[in-house]
Formats: sequence, C-alpha cells, structure tokens
Amino acid sequence: MTAAGIAPEADQPKEFAFTPENLERAKRIIAKYPEGRQQSAVIPLLDIAQRQHHNWLPRVAMDYVADLLEMPRIRVYEVASFYTMFNKAPVGRHFFQVCTTTPCWLRGSGEVMRALKDRTGCGNHETSEDGQFTVLEVECLGACVNAPMVQINDDFYEDLDYDKTVALIEALKAGKPTTPGPQNGRTNSEALSGATTLLDRKPAHRPAVPSSTAGRQPVPPSAEPAHTPARSGEVTTDAPPAEDVAATGKADVGAHRGDAEPEKKARTQEKIDPTGGRTGTTDTGEK
Amino acid sequence: MLRDEDRIFTNLYGWDDWGLDGARRRGIWSDTKALVGLGRDKIIEEIKASGLRGRGGAGFPTGMKWSFMPKESKDGRPSYLVINADESEPGTCKDREILRFDPHRLIEGALLASFAMGAHACYIYIRGEFFGEASNMQVAIDQAYDAGLLGKNAAGTGWDFDLYLHRGAGAYICGEETALLESLEGKKGQPRNKPPFPAGAGLYGCPTTVNNVETIAVVGEILRRGSGWFAGIGRPKNQGTKLYCISGHVNQPCNVEEALGIPMRELIERHAGGVRGGWDNLKAVIPGGSSAPILPKDICDTVLMDFDALREVKSALGTAGLIVMDKSTDVVYAVARLSRFYMHESCGQCTPCREGTGWLYRVMQRMVTGDARSDEIDMLLEVTKQIEGHTICALGDAAAWPVQALIRHFRDEMEQRIRDYRDRAYRREAAE
Repeated sequence: MTAAGIAPEADQPKEFAFTPENLERAKRIIAKYPEGRQQSAVIPLLDIAQRQHHNWLPRVAMDYVADLLEMPRIRVYEVASFYTMFNKAPVGRHFFQVCTTTPCWLRGSGEVMRALKDRTGCGNHETSEDGQFTVLEVECLGACVNAPMVQINDDFYEDLDYDKTVALIEALKAGKPTTPGPQNGRTNSEALSGATTLLDRKPAHRPAVPSSTAGRQPVPPSAEPAHTPARSGEVTTDAPPAEDVAATGKADVGAHRGDAEPEKKARTQEKIDPTGGRTGTTDTGEK
Repeated sequence: MLRDEDRIFTNLYGWDDWGLDGARRRGIWSDTKALVGLGRDKIIEEIKASGLRGRGGAGFPTGMKWSFMPKESKDGRPSYLVINADESEPGTCKDREILRFDPHRLIEGALLASFAMGAHACYIYIRGEFFGEASNMQVAIDQAYDAGLLGKNAAGTGWDFDLYLHRGAGAYICGEETALLESLEGKKGQPRNKPPFPAGAGLYGCPTTVNNVETIAVVGEILRRGSGWFAGIGRPKNQGTKLYCISGHVNQPCNVEEALGIPMRELIERHAGGVRGGWDNLKAVIPGGSSAPILPKDICDTVLMDFDALREVKSALGTAGLIVMDKSTDVVYAVARLSRFYMHESCGQCTPCREGTGWLYRVMQRMVTGDARSDEIDMLLEVTKQIEGHTICALGDAAAWPVQALIRHFRDEMEQRIRDYRDRAYRREAAE
C-alpha cells in the first residue's frame, strides 16, 4: 500500500492502448457489472493492462483505463497504488514474491531469501542487472501448510528450502521447465507421509510427477501478453483442463497450473476472463 | 475422529477431477432442484437448525444472517450474495482448496444461498494472487452455464441466477466485508462505517450478504443430509465440520476436515504428525489465523478447537488456521512479524490503526532485541488498548490482540530479554 516504486518519467512510455483482443476482453468484463457500474471493472482492466505491458503498469495505462471506464484519473491512480499486485515500475522476467509472514518464517523463508540473494544477487526490492529476476518480500499468500513458498509470476512454488530454491533459480536461468506446486513430492496440502483421512478415495497409485504437469515449459511473462486473443468467449471444448483430468482419470494438481505448452497456458488464462456474452439473465442493476 | 462419510470436502487434496463430471460423482448437483423446492423459509430454517456459524472468522450464525435480508424488494433494488474468497489471514489456506479442487460445491451452495435470500446474482471476490484457483473457478462456472446449472432457470429450479468471478489485486483488508464491497465497486478497499449494514445497503447500495467460501460450500450438504446430521457433530452452538490448516513446527503440515470441538492436541498429533520434537517441545500455538491471540502450551494441552472453548481462554477459533511453534521459536519475533503484517495491511483510513500499527511494530522490534525498558511493556499494552475498538473495522483489533496475548503469556520472557540486553551492554561498557 505504498506509492513508492513509481517508474521515473524517463521510463514512462508515451502512449498505451489495449490490443483489439484485450479491448474485447475488457468489454466482456465490463458487462459483468450492472449498467452504470463499470467502475467495478477497474481492477480487472488494470490487470489486463499490466499483463499487456511486461508485467508493470505505466501511468498512461492507468489513464487509458480511466478514460475507458469514464472515471476520474485520480480514482484509478488511487486503486493502482492501493493494491500490491500492481507494479508501478518494471520488474524482472521472473518476479519472485517471497512470503515471509510468520507461518512461512517458522518454516524457513529466511533460507529462501538467502538462496535468492546468493544466486540472483537480489535482496528484497531488488532487480538483477540483466533484468531476469526481481525479488520482493510479501505478506501471506495463503499457502501456509505448504510453507515456505514463493510466487513466481502467476505460479506458487511450495515446500521450499535453500537447495530447492537454488534448483528453481538455476532451472529458470537455464530455461528449463519448472513445476509449480509442492517441491518436496507431496500432493497439494495432504501430509507429506500421506493423508490421514479419506483414504478409501485416495488413488491407488500416483505418479511422482502428475502427467498433467510433466514437461511444462516456463512461460516468459513478458514474451507476449498473457491474455492472448480471446476466441468466442465461450467455453473451449478442445482442451478444457477438467476434461483432461477426467479423460486420464488422474487428479489435476496445483490448480491446473500444469499446462503442457504455452498455447495451452494461454487458454487457461483466458478462462479467467469473464464469460463473454453472458451479461446476465436478470436485471441486477440498481434502479 | 470424524468419520470419512461425514466429511463434506471429499476432494480436499485434489485427488479427484474437480470439474463437473467429478463433482457429479461426489454427489454435487444431484438434487439441487429438490433442495430449492424446500422453499426460502425452509432453507433458512434448516441452516439455522444446523447451527452453522460463519467460517470466515467471526462465527456469526449463518441462518440468522440470511434472515436479515429483505423478503421482497419494495423499492426495486435487487439483492446480492457476495462470497468472500479473499483468503489472506496468515495461517489460513482452506478456501484455496475449495476454489481449486471443489469449485462446483461452492457454485451449488451459491445457488441455494442466493435463492434463500432472494438474490439473482452473486459475485465471488477472490484474492488476485490465487491465479490458478481463479482459473479453476472460472472453468467450473463456464461448465455450469453450459450445463444449464447457472443462468435462466438455473438447474431447472425456476430461479434465474448469475454467478460472476471477480479477482482482487492484493490487499488483506479486502477480506473485511465492507472493504470487499468497496473494492468490488472499483475503489480502494477501505471499510465502511456500519450501520448501514450490508443487508440494508451493501453492494451498489443494495441489500447484500457477504459469506465466506467454506460457509457457502457446506450449504448443499447440510440441506441434502439434513440439519440434524450437521448439528449432531461437535458441541452445542459449535456444530458441524471444519477445515483446519495446521502449519508451522509440526512434522506433517496439512489441511484436514475435522469435527468442531476436537481437542487441539488430538488434531495436531493425529493429522499433522505431532509437534516437531514431541508434544513436550511445544511452546505456543496461534489457534485461528494470525488475529487469534497466541496460547502457551499449558492451555494447548487441553483446549478444544471450537468457537466457545477458545473464547473462554481469551483466544478465538477465527479461521481455524493453527500456527504451531516449538521451543526453538523466538516467540517475540513471531508476534513482531505479525505486527509488521498489520502495519503493511492497514488501509490507512483510521488514525489509531494507521499510526498505531506502525508504532506497535517499531516497539516490537525493540522488544525482539531487548533494547527497551520493562515499563515500556506496560506502555505497549496501553497503546494496544487505545487502538482496539477505536477503528472502523476490526483490523485495528486484530493488530492489538497478538501483542496483548504475547504480553499476557510471555511477559517473563520479554522482561528476561530486556535484562539480558542490559547485562550485555553493561559488560561491554565494563570491558572498555
């Protein structure tokens, strides 16, 4: 909740506009809210703008969103500076947000920070000279039983220690695939030695790396806007992750972050989008 | 121990398909139409009879909360249900599992709850960092629309119902219900004064109920199995099952669904592999997320995990996120780190909280090293009392309670640290 870290004037681009695809996406988001309440869409639209602009939000993008939503610009600046997920200055390609709140600290988040310092040269609030890594200490990310953990761009990497963090950094440096989720071999939030409940529901055999996450390529956030062209806004039927899971009979792990290739990842993210065309069957507007 | 057949969240660990097919296999959507057929009054009666209390921290009776909503709109304003999925309380990671592994349970519950409150639209406000979770949730919503479970005549119930997912962007305070509504309206997440309460004027000035994810997700099973089943678990006024998150110094940190009222020791030893180094190596437990006052071992030995038992020992069930600390823990630092959390997350609206949380953290930092005077402990306590109850929302209280509890239970340790610091300083001086 700080206004600090705003990119200097020299780094601020002169203009910004949504790509046609993102503009369509924005319109579908705005349609989720009642008539005249388009301001509700400000956070999602700033999120799209940030994804379109190398994971940071220049002032012209805030102005653009303000004009699109017919809001006073200051109201958008307020929102952009209030919420911690909006980066007001450039960040590295691999944006490490390290949780250091008490539950993660108890399990060794200090070791995660130390590994980052040793291998990327970055302390808290620092970006490596090559622009590959940014490290930021953040508050609780809500994965406490999988502590310590980091969020790298959109993905959670859990159950870390010094060596596992180093391995993660080296894989990213080498452009090798990484698998989000627990890094110590356990499944999600069950106990490492196995769950104590629901045992009759447990699959008899689990592969060490679930097939749905195997071979995933890391997706550079800045390579292209993560929100890639929306298609019809309808449910895609060619690769909904849920059906993948059903077809293979295997549980999906890690909130289907495990997508086999970037194209699929893009589709996954499209899902976050509001359902286009579904503007509501009922009048939810205030009279 | 709770029997497996009494567990609601049967895909807690993500073993099964979280999509619509898997959800149907687990019994979700099996008889939604019949449940809606009970009628609004009967549903609210059942929820009241089940003893369900809000799972987001405050523990307010859910059925009663629903009954505050207007029976019918006299002025044309629609009613809204808003589901609070802004899970950010340190120590808490239960809603995440519902969002990513059992989203249809939440969607079905949203339909039932909205029908009971006369709402045709519902927003799920999910914290922005939960990217994959939001993705699963949106896929599930799309599946539900395609299957006719949402939209006009949702699930064949005759009720028109729309469900929207709204992602936040990183602010703990948006878990406070009125801050959440402000954020949903596209503003800074700063809490509103109450009254008016959201049931009178909430989202867009319309009657609104804000419920936690877990609260809404259990509604379907309660109606399906009957309020008597749910009320039969746990103790009077503390009924039903609960998702517990056990983190910190245990051998096997995990999430688990258990009965309310399970002894803390049994919970930790049966499901989380016990305290690192054995139960006698336990120092303290924060029983319900960071805002719940810390408890020393002698209380943990016998305390039950429910709303009233924990209130009796001046703590709280909160979100049921247990943060376990063994004897190696610097408990003063552990609480100081929470003070930093509240300083960071204060929205800045009320002076006692904006200034007070920073002040608490700065003094707590000195308490960590011992660079303080003993009477400053009393001053620290006094300042927490001046923050508590003097702010619009409960974040100020939440910042005050951990420090108060630290002083209540670990004052000796704080004073010893101050003495040690002085001894060291004295010896340094003498050496020079």
